[in-house]
Amino acid sequence: MKAKVYVRLKKSIADPQGTAIKGMLNKIGFSKVEDVRIGKLIELDLGDVAKEDAEVQLNEMCKKLLANTVIEDYRFEIEG
Amino acid sequence: MKFGIIVFPGSNCDIDCYHALKVELKQNVEYIWHDTENIDDFDCIILPGGFSYGDYLRCGAAAANTRIMESVKEHAQRGKLVIGICNGFQVLTEVGLLPGALIRNEKLKFICDVAPVRVENNESPFTNQLVEGQIINLPIAHGEGNYVATEETLKELKENKQILFTYQKNPNGSILDIAGICNEKRNVLGMMPHPERACEALLGNIDGKAIFESIILSLQGGTKK
Repeated sequence: MKAKVYVRLKKSIADPQGTAIKGMLNKIGFSKVEDVRIGKLIELDLGDVAKEDAEVQLNEMCKKLLANTVIEDYRFEIEG
Repeated sequence: MKFGIIVFPGSNCDIDCYHALKVELKQNVEYIWHDTENIDDFDCIILPGGFSYGDYLRCGAAAANTRIMESVKEHAQRGKLVIGICNGFQVLTEVGLLPGALIRNEKLKFICDVAPVRVENNESPFTNQLVEGQIINLPIAHGEGNYVATEETLKELKENKQILFTYQKNPNGSILDIAGICNEKRNVLGMMPHPERACEALLGNIDGKAIFESIILSLQGGTKK
């Protein structure tokens, strides 16, 4: 079972990296870009697990390690 | 009275802390390797600066999930002292012993400098040898020192006087100029500046010494200068 976890900074948290990239894009000809936010994509192979178990596990993984829920939101997609 | 410095793979200020405590302050101090379980012997645990586990994923995230941090949580619950410096502060927020989080510096650059820091509250085991309003100069060296927290957390920090140190000139975008905070019980301190790098006269700055002297005094049962 494969899964993708997306971790993003919460809307309320400033993203200095995104702001810098936005400035850069504006400078190289993409002047209309108004906002850039940078997050993480984590691809996992969960091995042989049932879909329901995978969901439970992914939630636990995100809360324990993959995301810091003080500053980040997460969501995941299970493939197949 | 015994100090313990936890060493994770990637810690790099552990030796500075050891030197400050052993040589400059003549204390009983030992390194504690990160897979140690029993830390009952220690009165004050120090989580040093550095890049534990390569800062992979997020600073402090991997260290926060180690067995020894369970012991550190128990140690703190018993009211014993914990101090996290720089990466140690990041670990303490990741593990939930301190509120908020530390994100990328506002200007994205790693900053290595000396920062004038204001003592906001001297009624703590970490600051009793300092004076409220006093400015001390402490080295900073971090890429992720930008403290963030919810409005609610900030309100609590202010009301409980948990903000112990603020920057005079905010170097990293940290909210309310926060450089160091403690928990509500006042036995866990997290700070981005490095007091251990300011304990040796030969290096030109001993402003950090008072923080360790405060800890020593409070472990001896005293509270005031």
